[in-house]
This record gives sequence, structure tokens and C-alpha cells, in this order.
Amino acid sequence: MKRTGVFVCHCGINIAGTVDVKKVAAELAKHPGVAHAEDYVYMCSDPGQNLIIKAIKEKNLDSVVVACCSPNLHETTFRNAAKLAGLNPYRCEIANIREQCSWVHREMSRATPKAIRITRSAVERVKRNEALEAVSVPVTKRALVIGGGIAGIQAALDLGNAGYEVVLVEKSPSIGGHMSQLSETFPTLDCSQCILTPKMVEVSKHPKIKLMAYSEVQEVSGYVGNFKVKILKKPTYVDPDKCTLCDECTKVCPVVVPNEFDTGLTGRRAIYIPFPQAIPATYTLDDKACPGMFDTAIACGKCADVCKPGAINFDMKPEIVEVDVGAIIVATGYDLYDKALMAEYGYGKYPDVLDGLQFERLLSASGPTRGRLLRPSDKKEPKEVVFIQCVGSRDPELHWPYCSKICCMYTAKHAMLYKHHVHDGQAYVFYIDIRSGGKNYEEFVHRAVEEDGVLYLRGKVSRVFENNGRLIVWGVDTLTGKQVEIAADMVVLAMAIRPSRGTEELAKKLKIALDKDGFLAEAHPKLRPVESMTSGIFLAGAAQAPKDIPEAVGQASGAAAKAIAILSQDRLFHSPTVARVLRNLCTGCAMCVNVCPYEAISLKEGKAEVNEILCEGCGTCSATCYRNAIQVKNLTPLHVQEMIIASLGG
Amino acid sequence: MSQEFEPKIMAFICKWCTSAGADLAGVSRMEYPPNVIPIQVMCSGSISPLYVFSALSQGADGVLVSGCHPGDCHYMKGNYFARRRLALVKKLLEYIGLEPERFQMSWVSATEGVKFTQIIKDLVKELKPLGPQTKLRRNP
Repeated sequence: MKRTGVFVCHCGINIAGTVDVKKVAAELAKHPGVAHAEDYVYMCSDPGQNLIIKAIKEKNLDSVVVACCSPNLHETTFRNAAKLAGLNPYRCEIANIREQCSWVHREMSRATPKAIRITRSAVERVKRNEALEAVSVPVTKRALVIGGGIAGIQAALDLGNAGYEVVLVEKSPSIGGHMSQLSETFPTLDCSQCILTPKMVEVSKHPKIKLMAYSEVQEVSGYVGNFKVKILKKPTYVDPDKCTLCDECTKVCPVVVPNEFDTGLTGRRAIYIPFPQAIPATYTLDDKACPGMFDTAIACGKCADVCKPGAINFDMKPEIVEVDVGAIIVATGYDLYDKALMAEYGYGKYPDVLDGLQFERLLSASGPTRGRLLRPSDKKEPKEVVFIQCVGSRDPELHWPYCSKICCMYTAKHAMLYKHHVHDGQAYVFYIDIRSGGKNYEEFVHRAVEEDGVLYLRGKVSRVFENNGRLIVWGVDTLTGKQVEIAADMVVLAMAIRPSRGTEELAKKLKIALDKDGFLAEAHPKLRPVESMTSGIFLAGAAQAPKDIPEAVGQASGAAAKAIAILSQDRLFHSPTVARVLRNLCTGCAMCVNVCPYEAISLKEGKAEVNEILCEGCGTCSATCYRNAIQVKNLTPLHVQEMIIASLGG
Repeated sequence: MSQEFEPKIMAFICKWCTSAGADLAGVSRMEYPPNVIPIQVMCSGSISPLYVFSALSQGADGVLVSGCHPGDCHYMKGNYFARRRLALVKKLLEYIGLEPERFQMSWVSATEGVKFTQIIKDLVKELKPLGPQTKLRRNP
């Protein structure tokens, strides 16, 4: 005979106001297998928990049901209390009679019977619950960080400084990300590279960080604490240890392709270094640009001829490197929305219609114009510049519904810096709303308006076209209700922030979810913002949502701290409510193997076998099995059957 | 019979979306009729057709299965399996003459307390005129 204890909480009047708690306790006391039932005003309080502990000991209870609020709130509290009294925590279940009963009904005469049914159902469940022990696994004390932008750099440094080995994977030849392309940063106007490069150098010199640039994650398997990752190391054809950065090779390379670092505003050679401060400090031979590499398999060889240290090796091959890690941080950043989709603004048609990153390069001291603000078409100083915000953002009909968050601030910065370059120029900004939430951000926008005379026009631009060598911008000022026409020398589009190209494929490899807009989905929007739904995989930076540098850095440190919480353990524990195979019933049909979202089931000697560490306990397998041969512990078909009877009977 | 018929509804709701949405309805103090008794499962994908038949045989006048929105499953694809599997169950129940209103599926996210409330209200309203379900009840 089971000896279950039932504890009914009043929750002040939150439950007792609509549920007759005394009656619930009295009815449950009559239920088969219930050895003790009582009510108390606040079960979650210390006296309430002590009352449970005392009853378990005195009445020799073997299981406990607490009828109270949602299990999301106090399941852990009461399971720990049960544990203190010497019970297995999995022999304690919660009957949710607050959120799903007392709070949503008004009549006590009808809410009380419902509360009784819910509590009975929990009793029937707990009577059949097994005592379970958490599954334990060892932890590989190494982390993988994917993406070498500021978020990835910060996460790698935090992990490394905490004493853990880090593998930092970056797909392009240098770390630094978009931050390395920026001229100045809002709201301080710090030089972006000046504050970034010390961190890049720190990464390259850090004894705990293994940097794998020009590499991509190819395959991920395993689970929290024990991931196995295959990384494709693309050939650079240059030995970084021999390369002296003399730059002789680029002088002889005959191939010119658009320079990604300068957002296509300049060209680069097939052999190149993305920018002078690049880390790793070495040249890369772009085999897609070098004509010899694929067409004839014979490179022109000019670079190798002039390379005195003999660093160039045309025989370098792609390499697959396998690493074991305990935790993964995904910091793959953003790309700008494809400008070609904004035909009405003339991008691609008019060379002086630029996006925000291109404008950054024009402002940058290391940019194509060496810091002089000259427009691409005729290298003249633009005297009137129109900035258009929310291009592709906040546009649910045609483009993306979300706010790209950083554009208000960087557009204010652009307009301000433009005035610092061209004192007699005029900047116009078309905006929908100014969103300047952030420390010193609002003041920064005011500075742009008050000190630099930037003219803000609240409204959208319908069209940009060329007339007599000028860009005519047609818009509307919704505050005056008037149509506006501005003849500009340059137009800068604040394009929507999109997850970086390849995010979707990577998410599939990692088995993590994307949100409706394609960004990486966090486990909980409020309370678990740096975790993915997959345990052991964390998110940082703009790959999760558009965000500015301090937010990306903060999230990266948060993700690193979360990863450290895993790596600092010797063993990890995993919920034991996982699937189990009843081998005598299993026919080996493998239906369960096929539906498992976690690849946790395999066939062994003709029978299904569950990897308890991979299994998340969803139960999809159990519903698939026509013989009930695979069941989730503590929620088996028998559990549910008895819960149904208890819920509906009587 | 002076008293109005009150249908008994068994609701299988997933822990991550619908149960969380039902909790939100509670936190927001919304109101719906107390005809529904919930059983929280981990995933709608774990709901065996047998659970539905069992609830009907135990005297449920209606059964609701509710999970995360398609594409939003906490376990990635459990609700897709639920959708396919239970669509067959629904066809079978209709084939044997059960009113289609008696078995329903819905997708309610953790933020949709209002939607959960509305679904329960609608369900009760639809089931009331049908009277007790006797077709599959063990002891009618």
C-alpha cells in the first residue's frame, strides 16, 4: 500500500479565495493510498516546508503531492524539501491548482471539484513514480567559440582568463568582425580599431586560446559537456610562421577583386591581408580569386617568386580538425540586409547611394579615401547628405518587422562625423522614431542636432533618383504633413541588420533553433537570454538579435560565465525522466529511432536502446511505439491512464 | 432537466507552450469555464492516440490536445508528429460517428494566455449543445 501525503496550499487567498482548500484536503484524505492530507496558508514558506518534512518523517510517507502554484515556480522547492526528509525528489509532484484553477475561475462551487480532480490526478501519478537518480556524465574542460567578432573575442578572452582552453573559429582570414570596419563608435566617438585591436592582440597571444581563422564548423555531434566538433581549416597557401608581412606579393599579383573589408569600395589582390592589424598577422591567397588555382591548377606563381622567406605553398590542402569541447558559444554576428532589394532607393544604380558600413569605411582613417570624406562617383566632397533610417526594418509588409536597434545611434554618429569632416555641409536624417535608449545615447542624438545642426525629418522616403548629377530624395515630413524634396550629393541607407550569412546552416549543424526572423533563438526571452534551447550551447552578440557593441560584449561575458558554469564541473547531471526500453516488448521496428529529435535512440542487438544523456524526455518515441515498449520514466502510459481516470472519474 | 449540461473536458497540454500559456492566463487573472481538467505532458508529440480513446472511454465529453505552434516545438519537431498522428485519430473518431467538436487540437504559445482562454470558452460552448458523450463511454 502506498503512503502518499497531500499538502494543499492556501497561497493566502490566491487559492483559498476560490477553492475550498479544507474540502480538497478532506476529499483527498479519503483517496486510496493517501495516508495524510492537510492544508496550510503558505506551503512554500519555511514553516510550510517544515510541515511537509515533519509529516513525511512522522507518517512514514513514501510520496508527496503539493497542491499549489505552477510547477514552474516551486517544484524545485518542494522536491528539495522531500529530499531533506529522506525521500527521493522524484517522488514529489505538484498539482497546479492556482494558475490553472483558482486564478481562472470565480465560483468556489465549481473550482473546488476541479482542484480535487487535479490533485487526485497528481496523486495517481506520484504513486507510480520511481525513485530516480540524476544521470551523470564527465565534462570536457574546453570551449568552442564560433565567430571572431567582438562578441566571440570577448567570450574567448573571458573563458581563457578563467583558465579554460578555448578554440576560437573564424570563417574569414582575420578576427575583428564588423567592429574592425567601423571608424568611430557611439556615444564616445572612440576610434573603433583603437579599442578593438588590443583585444585582438590579446587573443593571438593568449596561451589558452587556439585561434583557427579561415575555418568553418563542419559537423557537431555529442551533447552538453561532451561535444565533438569537426572544423574545416581552409588553405591560406601562406605559412604564417614564415610570412614577414613584407607586402611584396600583393605588388605583383595581377588579380583584383572587390575588397570585402572596404565593403567593395576598393579592390584587393588575390593574395592579401584584410587590414594591417589583422590577426592572425599573415597573408591569405584567395583560391577563388587566383586564376591558377582551379582553372589550370597552375598558379602564375608571381607571389611565390617574390616571397623571400618562401612562405607561399601552393600545395596546401583543406584540413579537417577534430576537437572535443564541453560547451559552445555561437557569436556569428550580422550582415546588412541585401541592398539590391531596395530598388526604390537606387542602390546599385547610383554609386553615391551607400549603406551604413560603406559610409563607415569612407569615414575611417584606414578607409579607401584615407579618412577624407569623398563620394565614390567623382571623389568630390558631398555638401548635402541624406541619411535614411529603417531601410528594411520596421517594415512588416515588404521587408522585416523588427527594429534593427543600432541604426538610430549610428546614423546620428554618421551625421555628426560627416559634419566634422565637411564643416559647411548639411546632413538630413529621415526617421520613423528615434530610439536612443542607452547610457548617454539620448544626449548623443541631441548633440548631433544641437551642435552639428543635423536636420531630422520624421517620415519615410519614397524614392531616390538622379537629376542633373544630383540625387533627388522624395520624402514626407509627417510632422508638418508636407512633401519634401532634397537634392543631395550622397544618400546613406541604414540597412536592416540580418543574421550573418550561413547562420541557418550553422544552426542546423548545432541543432539550435532560429526565431521567426532568422536570428538564433534564446531559451527564454527574459530569463535565459544567452542560452540556446540546446543545453551547453550559448549565444552572444548580434547573431541572437540586433545589438550594439556594449550589449554584445555584455552578452558574450554572460555566455562565457554560463559556459564556465559547465566547464568548472567535473561531472554534469541530467534529468533522469528519460525514455526507457522494455526489451521484452521491443520488436526492433525502429519507429522510435526515426522520430527521436535528438538521435538518442539506436538499435542494439535488434532492440532499441536509449542514450540517457542525449534523451530530453519529450516522449515522442513512446507515442510512436505501438507496443508501449518505450516509455518515459515517471510519465508512462500507465501513469497517464491512471491520471485520466482520476481526472474524469467520480 | 433544469440544470444546464456541463461537459467534462480532458486537456492534454504540453509543458513548454500551452501549459505555460495556461499559466499566463492564470497570472493575468483571465476567466474561463472550469469544465477542463488539464494533464501536463512534456510534448504534444508524446500524446498517444490511446490517451484520447482512454479519456473518451472514461467519460470525457470532449478532448483537447494543445502544443507549441508548428515550427516552435521545444523538442524541435514533436508537435509535427502530434499533428499528423492526431489528424488520423480525428478522422477515425469522425468515421465511427463521434461529433468532430469532441476532439480538437490547438497550438498555444507561452505568451498566448488570451488564446488559451478563448479556446476553452469556445470548446465548452460547442460541446454544451451536444450533450453527454456516450458513444465511447465505458459505462454510459
